[in-house]
Amino acid sequence: MGVRQISVFLENKAGRLSDVTKVLGDNNVDISALSIADTAHFGILRLIVNNPDLAEKVLKENGYTVSISNVIAIAIDDNPGALAKALEVLTDEDITIEYIYAFTGKTENKALVVLKVEDIDKATALLRSRNIRVLDDSEVYSL
Amino acid sequence: MRYWNEHFECMSRDEMKVLQSRRLQKLVDRVYNRVPHYRAKMMEAGVEPGDIKSVEDIVKLPFTTKQDMRDTYPFGMFAVDMDEITRIHASSGTTGKQTVVGYTARDIDNWAECMARSLVGAGASRKSMVHVAYGYGLFTGGLGVHYGAEKMGCAVIPVSSGNTARQITILKDFKPDILCCTPSYALYLAEELYASGCSLDDINLKAGVFGAEPWSEEMRKEIEEKLGLKAIDIYGLSEIMGPAVSCECLEQKGMHIQEDHFLIEIIDPETGEHVPEGELGEVVFTTLTKEGFPLIRYRTRDISCIDTSQCACGRTTARMMKLCGRTDDMLIIRGVNVFPSQIESVLLELGETAPHYLIIVDRVGNHDTIEVQVEMTESFFSDSVKYIESLEHRIKSKLDSVLGLNVRVRLVEPKTLARSEGKAKRVIDKRKM
Ligand SMILES: [Zn+2]
Repeated sequence: MGVRQISVFLENKAGRLSDVTKVLGDNNVDISALSIADTAHFGILRLIVNNPDLAEKVLKENGYTVSISNVIAIAIDDNPGALAKALEVLTDEDITIEYIYAFTGKTENKALVVLKVEDIDKATALLRSRNIRVLDDSEVYSL
Repeated sequence: MRYWNEHFECMSRDEMKVLQSRRLQKLVDRVYNRVPHYRAKMMEAGVEPGDIKSVEDIVKLPFTTKQDMRDTYPFGMFAVDMDEITRIHASSGTTGKQTVVGYTARDIDNWAECMARSLVGAGASRKSMVHVAYGYGLFTGGLGVHYGAEKMGCAVIPVSSGNTARQITILKDFKPDILCCTPSYALYLAEELYASGCSLDDINLKAGVFGAEPWSEEMRKEIEEKLGLKAIDIYGLSEIMGPAVSCECLEQKGMHIQEDHFLIEIIDPETGEHVPEGELGEVVFTTLTKEGFPLIRYRTRDISCIDTSQCACGRTTARMMKLCGRTDDMLIIRGVNVFPSQIESVLLELGETAPHYLIIVDRVGNHDTIEVQVEMTESFFSDSVKYIESLEHRIKSKLDSVLGLNVRVRLVEPKTLARSEGKAKRVIDKRKM
């Protein structure tokens, strides 16, 4: 389970990011969240979109190396300390967070956060047990 | 049937050396006396037949190259009169004149012998039905396989090349168990077979003996899956004889050389010196028994290496590994010989498929640099930065140790490396620009 996230391999060259967003835009794929992890040579572009299958297909057709991984999306109150509280729940149980990125503005008074962990089911259950709202995938795609 | 000729295929290395030495002496004597071109070359090198007492003395003899054949076109290197020649083959050279070769009746028989050994090594027996889809004609493929299979007592189907629909009908209706053709044609046959609505159940192939062009392990896997057979690599060239100079056994761990007929050397193409066993170099052959068109130390320009340890199949003959390209592809970087195929095999080891790559050689100051750009593929890609960095590092350390150089590795996006006519450009050598 979890939310399907698109990862794209990019070289660190000018214009590559806008090329990807253009391909997606031309195919009516909406991007609701985006982050880039990069090194001196390359980057991994991570995307949450409304239609992951279509995004994967059109990006591959355009020659990109794409992979799909599952992540968790949580909604937390948009105020100081809320994120720290949510993360604490996971670290207390020794769940390692590989990476994290946030996006705001689409849900009222809530900040949305994407988490990559190894055991999604365990983390989801844990978060829910502490009353932290974990979004269903369909909910995320329709953001 | 395990071996066609156990005596020659399984004799001890010492016995083989004695046999080769004796045959080499006779050969040198013969060409010195019968081929003026060779006599002149030997005189120029200051060597006489009496100087050759064992295989080790072969290094005293001059090499033969394609140029020698051009200089003596068409029949100048034949060592017998035309009335003893029973067959002529020719290969159209991609550069310059065609190469013309002649065989005596005994040459043809020896060739059939080598081919029979190869076919048995590939799992064929007297009961086999052998579908020969190599071209028949001046090209040595068709007739080469044909005579060997016939000598064995197989049922030979001389289909020759072309007319794929008919080939498929034969595969379905006659149900041959051995297919002989080029690997690319085997793949094409498989595709056409499936396209015509057939499945593996409609054919009965057990082994395919494929050669006459370079092919990869990846291609082997694909052919084996699609045709449900063991894909066996066979090697040969018309100058030396034709197919069956060497051929894999069912172990598929290198091609057994018919060493009682062909003496192999692996040399550094730059210096002409022997390289240690197991190292890549140019394949050089001496035809120990050929009468019509004998060659001494013929430089094939093919790159391979040899293994003289005994094979699990029981044969003791040395094995040459799958060809790794041509000497023309060789780069010399800081005095080290580098073959693009070495890089390809490192990449193949790390992923399921070998990605496209580009080698960029440059000179900074007096120092040669080598950078290898590798296109990211599905099988390499992961969502983790750490994983990709470690992949980059693994490629680098593997290349460093295989090539003995400090290689810079850069992962690039797919399709960024230029391709021309479907074939990728592998090397940019900026030192020459
Ligand atoms: Zn063997």
